[in-house]
Amino acid sequence: MAAHPVASAGRPGPLAGIRVVELASEHAAFAGKLLADLGADVVLVEPPGGHHTRGYAPFVDDVVDAEGSLWWWHYQTSKRGVVVDLDAADGRAAFRHLAATADIVLEGEPPGRLAALGVDHEDLRGVHPGLVWVSVTPFGRTSPRRDEPMTDLTLLAGAGPVNLSGYDDHSLPPVRGGGNQGWHTASLWAANAALVAVLERETSGLGQHVDVSMHAAVNVTTEVGSYEYLVAGAVLQRQTGRHANDEPTTPSQHQAADGKYVHIGFTQGTPAQLHAITDWLDELGLRERLAEAFWLDIGLERGGVHFSELGQDVEATAVFGAVRDALELVVARLPAREFFLGAADRGLSVGVVMAADEVLVDPHFVERGFPVTVEHPGLGRSVTYPGAPFRMHATPWRIARPAPRLGEHDAEVLLD
Amino acid sequence: MTDRALPPKSRALAGLRVCDFTGVLAGAGATRMLAAFGAQVIRVEDPVRQGRWDILRGARPFKDERRGVDFGGSFNHHNVEKLGITLNLRTERGRELLRDLVAISDVVTENFAAGVMARLGFSYEELARIRPDVIYVSNCGFGHTGPYSPYKTWGPVVQAMCGLTFAAGLRDQPPAGWGYAYMDHHGANFMALAVLAALVHRSRTGEGQWVDMACTEAGATLCGPDVLDATVNGRPLRRPGSPDSNRSRSPAMAPHGIYPAAGDDRWVAIACRDDRDWAALADLVGEPWTRDARYGSLEGRLADEDALDGHVGRWTSGRDAFAGAEAVRAAGVPAAAVARSEDRIDRDVATRDWGLFPTVVHSAMGEVRVDGLPVHLSRTDWVVARGAPCLGEHNDLVYGELLGLDADARAALHADGVI
Repeated sequence: MAAHPVASAGRPGPLAGIRVVELASEHAAFAGKLLADLGADVVLVEPPGGHHTRGYAPFVDDVVDAEGSLWWWHYQTSKRGVVVDLDAADGRAAFRHLAATADIVLEGEPPGRLAALGVDHEDLRGVHPGLVWVSVTPFGRTSPRRDEPMTDLTLLAGAGPVNLSGYDDHSLPPVRGGGNQGWHTASLWAANAALVAVLERETSGLGQHVDVSMHAAVNVTTEVGSYEYLVAGAVLQRQTGRHANDEPTTPSQHQAADGKYVHIGFTQGTPAQLHAITDWLDELGLRERLAEAFWLDIGLERGGVHFSELGQDVEATAVFGAVRDALELVVARLPAREFFLGAADRGLSVGVVMAADEVLVDPHFVERGFPVTVEHPGLGRSVTYPGAPFRMHATPWRIARPAPRLGEHDAEVLLD
Repeated sequence: MTDRALPPKSRALAGLRVCDFTGVLAGAGATRMLAAFGAQVIRVEDPVRQGRWDILRGARPFKDERRGVDFGGSFNHHNVEKLGITLNLRTERGRELLRDLVAISDVVTENFAAGVMARLGFSYEELARIRPDVIYVSNCGFGHTGPYSPYKTWGPVVQAMCGLTFAAGLRDQPPAGWGYAYMDHHGANFMALAVLAALVHRSRTGEGQWVDMACTEAGATLCGPDVLDATVNGRPLRRPGSPDSNRSRSPAMAPHGIYPAAGDDRWVAIACRDDRDWAALADLVGEPWTRDARYGSLEGRLADEDALDGHVGRWTSGRDAFAGAEAVRAAGVPAAAVARSEDRIDRDVATRDWGLFPTVVHSAMGEVRVDGLPVHLSRTDWVVARGAPCLGEHNDLVYGELLGLDADARAALHADGVI
């Protein structure tokens, strides 16, 4: 199958022709990147002296420099950058002029700041009724908690993810997953809601305000953590490397022979999977080591077991237990990658716990062209970035340019 | 059942029709969002297997003692506001009906394993023959090309393979990972983004397309600037002391952690963003160790972070998590008790004010609370009021009103095992 026709390579992205004016922020930077890498013309507005996130580590060659923040490099790709001082009258005039050219204004300012300056959506929508205005704030613009101090850590602690994640040993603290996922979560919702509003505008001709709450976004991104409680009132306990549950479940994360961790999956209960597991045990001479191997045979006699029977049907639950025990025996014999390939080729869904930089050099992702190289002309170096979140065959995703240097596009944008 | 009147659907995406084969959360969550904004999402399920390709059909949690394909709480959760039909694609008549449905659909979505749609006879090329401007979005673990493309995945496997599991853990401990299918939510969110971006392009050019989404790649875009630290500075993520994800290095902060509170398994998160936050926390705590001159600068606090965290933890350990967090926040410093489900769903004023957990009416289950959306649109907001479809619940509506089959024809299709 010719999956990724080269014919699309030089074509513009799907959002070509959409202009976004983004006020630089920690909260909404990823939303701007999502839109910019999809071809929107995103103009990133910074205050004089640069936005404070230019001071975020890590730095190129570990040298603290406003143009060398890898945080900035990562989140501001494909954007053009201008300097505008919203605290000065001429700066506000320049911003109003810019916003007049925009389809979308994207901002993460503290609630009330833009209104106090007279450059909020309310101030501009009379003149620009088609403008879509997206505000990404910690709790929502009108929330009773809108002015509380917060960070990604305190947000994830207060809205669910932390309580559900960590270790079987509850003397260890629960865990916040890395990567500032609160920003990512809010930004994905912001980008989607912005495009919903853009599409709606085609019918109504009108823009609107999109209020995004990071706290709410995180709070509805916890899968079982919400619906087990909402439907059945269940209280879930965190467990090492697997789903939180109301009753303890057996471990699913194991160390392979090379010390790396693998996830042995779940719901491997079809007849074909049960056959594959018994065959694999036999190949490795491990069947005698599995005390309850007979459960695999019982599972086969039943015609397989289904996920909906787990915890509901005693026999089916025992079959799932035997599957896990069998895979645990196998994984201890094999290096992680060999286990992964062996299992996957046998129709079993398992995974190696890989670090994100290892993804960029993994043969599968390299063959798909996931890592992309971006030239940084000013520095005379090229840099490998994570690539497209999905492959659009007609309108490819791309990093059109590295993050803007301070005021890099002042002349071409502001004199436009 | 209840006779509570349901509000009208959202107008935001009115007129958009989605022929939807998605399941579980990584796919179904995408069309859930579209449906909440008023798209007509028609979920197509297999009558022979009673829709159990989606392992959540009929799976826990359960509202009461009733069991069966129409009583699964997670399925209801991920499929609110959608229509549901049954269609047996093993039959030629079934495939004809799907062609009729595709012809009147703007978007076709699925998250089968790679290649399943093509084997059913509905590759992108075939879909585009039926409907030239169709938008087809496929979402599977590893995408449709590359050596792993035949492999099946689930949320936890995706999270392992993309870097998210690795990045969640304490120093010198195994990966903790995420205690739920975090990436299924974002698989859904990225899939929705693909649909919406393709719709914007189509509205301007008339051109449809195929979007091949690999959930592992989408996940690998969420691992942040640490990836560039590896590719630019040659500092691998897998190294002694890394990760240690309750701490923060991008941006650098200290103290920054999750500390013990009074009571059984109660914890409180505290983060000092800068020297001013630190000074405020030091004033609040008022113990001698807070006056250690080294702690006046971020560098000094980072250099002695283990000891600093020990001090903070001893201070928090005798305090109630909620009262302690409240006191720290009152000093202007970010803090939060680690909230359990009931704390964040039923006892948080921000949650209540937002209307974050609406109640839907499900035809079999009755009233059930579900996740709402974390955005509010000022003119055309989302509506989440209708529960997920029971198996084949909207066969009459879709085959009758949309495809024009009369009651006798529908009865014959049902008798023949086609629907």
